Amino acid sequence: MSREARKAKMKNKERLKLPPVPMPEQAPFERSRNIREVPQGYSPEQAMEEAERCLMCKKPVCIKGCPVEVDIPTFIDLVSEGKFHEAAQVVKQTNVLPAVCGRVCPQEDQCQLVCTVMKSHKDLDKSVKIGHLERFVADWDMENHPEVEPLDVKKTGKRVAIVGSGPAGLTAAGDLIRMGHEVTIFEALHRAGGVLIYGIPEFRLPKAIVDREVDNLRKLGVEVVFNVAIGQSKSIPDLFEEGFDAVFVATGAGLPMFKRIAGENLMGVYSANEYLTRANLMDAYNFPKKSDTPIIRGRNVAVFGGGNVAMDAARTALRLGAEHSIVFYRRSEKEMPARIEEIEHAKEEGVEMRMLQDAIEILGDERGWVSGIKCLKMELGEPDASGRRRPVPMEGSDFTVPVDVVVVSIGNASNPLIPRTTPQIETNKWGNIVVDERTGKSSMPGVWAGGDIVLGAATVILAMGEGRRAANSIHKYFGDGVWEDPPEPEPEEETD
Amino acid sequence: MPKVLSNANIAPSVFRMVVEAPDVARYRKAGQFVIVRPKAGSERIPLTIADADTEAGTITLVYQVVGKTTGVMSLIKDGGELPDVAGPLGRATHIEKVGTVVCVGGGIGIAPIHPIAQALKDAGNTVISILGVRSKNLLILKEEMTRASHRVVVVTDDGSAGEKGFVTDALKKLLDDGEKVDQVVAIGPPIMMKMVSVLTKDYEVPTLVSLNTIMVDGTGMCGGCRVTVGGQVQFVCVDGPEFDGHLVDFDEMMNRQNMYKEHETAAYRAFKEKHRCKLAQRNAEARSE
Repeated sequence: MSREARKAKMKNKERLKLPPVPMPEQAPFERSRNIREVPQGYSPEQAMEEAERCLMCKKPVCIKGCPVEVDIPTFIDLVSEGKFHEAAQVVKQTNVLPAVCGRVCPQEDQCQLVCTVMKSHKDLDKSVKIGHLERFVADWDMENHPEVEPLDVKKTGKRVAIVGSGPAGLTAAGDLIRMGHEVTIFEALHRAGGVLIYGIPEFRLPKAIVDREVDNLRKLGVEVVFNVAIGQSKSIPDLFEEGFDAVFVATGAGLPMFKRIAGENLMGVYSANEYLTRANLMDAYNFPKKSDTPIIRGRNVAVFGGGNVAMDAARTALRLGAEHSIVFYRRSEKEMPARIEEIEHAKEEGVEMRMLQDAIEILGDERGWVSGIKCLKMELGEPDASGRRRPVPMEGSDFTVPVDVVVVSIGNASNPLIPRTTPQIETNKWGNIVVDERTGKSSMPGVWAGGDIVLGAATVILAMGEGRRAANSIHKYFGDGVWEDPPEPEPEEETD
Repeated sequence: MPKVLSNANIAPSVFRMVVEAPDVARYRKAGQFVIVRPKAGSERIPLTIADADTEAGTITLVYQVVGKTTGVMSLIKDGGELPDVAGPLGRATHIEKVGTVVCVGGGIGIAPIHPIAQALKDAGNTVISILGVRSKNLLILKEEMTRASHRVVVVTDDGSAGEKGFVTDALKKLLDDGEKVDQVVAIGPPIMMKMVSVLTKDYEVPTLVSLNTIMVDGTGMCGGCRVTVGGQVQFVCVDGPEFDGHLVDFDEMMNRQNMYKEHETAAYRAFKEKHRCKLAQRNAEARSE
């Protein structure tokens, strides 16, 4: 519908009065005891109602707020007219994994943060629910148009190896196959999806959705090779020897960090990576029936950390039957890196948030099992290098809390496998691969990198943006054969 | 899906599986391992690569049935499939000529020590192997180890083969007899590796042990395999599997290995109950071979 037609239908002033359509959710108590998805998605009517709230701004700032620049107003307009398949096609032009992004993107920091409707209300909760709408069109389309249209593209004969099948790798694969190149993804695990499969829990991102996205890529011709850890099982030079013309390294985050406090190797102590991998990838929820991988189901579970992964772990603990799931974070809630929505969901389900408390020791019983943790109270001092106020221990404030499982969720160090076997790829002092910011090129000709192996810990959508950047650069390299890029142009004076 | 060429019962509850994995065969080095999953829904378990044939594109895995996962694996028939074989993983053994090396293999640990003995011998070392098992019928790879060593000493707990005693007795005797030993490599049950390390520390002989801890991904992502070595936390999958035996905190490691004991026992009991007939048949086949 044209902007004029929309205006004729309803004045912007009227539109601004439309309240946001909430997404139905499973009730907190019920959902905290099952692993089914928490938000249940819009109905077509709800989606159309929400879509009416978009003002179709002349300068759509929301697009700029999106790392992969989805044409947001166009797809929302189509939703408002009930043209869901057309809307999905618009989204898919730039987003390879819309059903995933609609669920796990931090929209409140991206498209919805700059939304004009939000700005006129000065209320983040009032922005157009772009994420909910994206999820709706992606799900609707999967349901109603499951067929994959064969690609109509000339094959170039160029071969790309992608290392890792997480969001960066899948996005690059989707883009490159559409550009006519041959794509092979190497995955170290037995299932594709990376963090989407092993990390993000079922109740936030159903695994069937990830499987379907991967299947669609395979139907387009992407080959996925499982059980090969590039950098370990074989090296990047081995891939060139096998005839690949380019390699995109998207291995994701690496080794989990621990707090280096006493008791961290007691039985019952997990890294968040291990805890979530057992529950998600290995399906330990269903031990011993459908899965042979066990997990310790604590009655009182302590989670250290304040990010999204910590929230996932604390909510997973409830679903594994914990009576108390407690998050210990050494700063205050304001500094927590987790999305507000995740913190709220966790609280609603009964996760206890202990702010300004930091564990200094994990206590064990005589058999070597966790029996409790010793904590200190903290107060906030001056801002540190991260700009957040530094937590300062309060002397003599120590106390103990009885727990039987501890999950350490304080981030990841980089994975050493590729740098170890390919020293010609430059890394920084944290072990992350150094790349050209415009192209994703590493210091080794023919090798690109992106996602968490470059960014450290970031988000799914940023990793996807990196996958897209590398795919474009690889495509350009295949066209002109030039590895060296011209120096960055001087920024042009803005003329207005 | 990797094809299983053979899966033979070579000693009570010990199996030797030859499986097609051309890339693993091509790239593996002594000391490395693979992670396998015998069927969908199974746990991921690490197994050291006992041997490889690059021309045939196969690797050999020697495993003992100790729980459900290895139990499921033992039921795979010749010509069947092993769904997931990931690897090679871990760091390769550092092989160099140091002089005389004693390779200590305990029980099923004889399988992973075999390629290391072979590589050490090929590098020009004098290799003395001490093979320790509970009883004669559990002694595996005797011929292969004889070929890979200059001398082989066998010890059994019950004296049914070789000397009666433990591998530490044989090793102590060797050291006391004035044999100049430049290095010891010990692979076997954790308690054996600990006792060997305690002994060689007294004699100041550098000692390498290969740890087989619980793992999930095997690429450094989960940290479930962590051990303390020289006061530092190390991940067996990417920093190991081999470490300086004098620095490993064996007590902590052995404790951590018990984390899922209850789960494992229950799962194994249920498995044995369910597959009573198949397991009996498998044992009968083994006896008639």
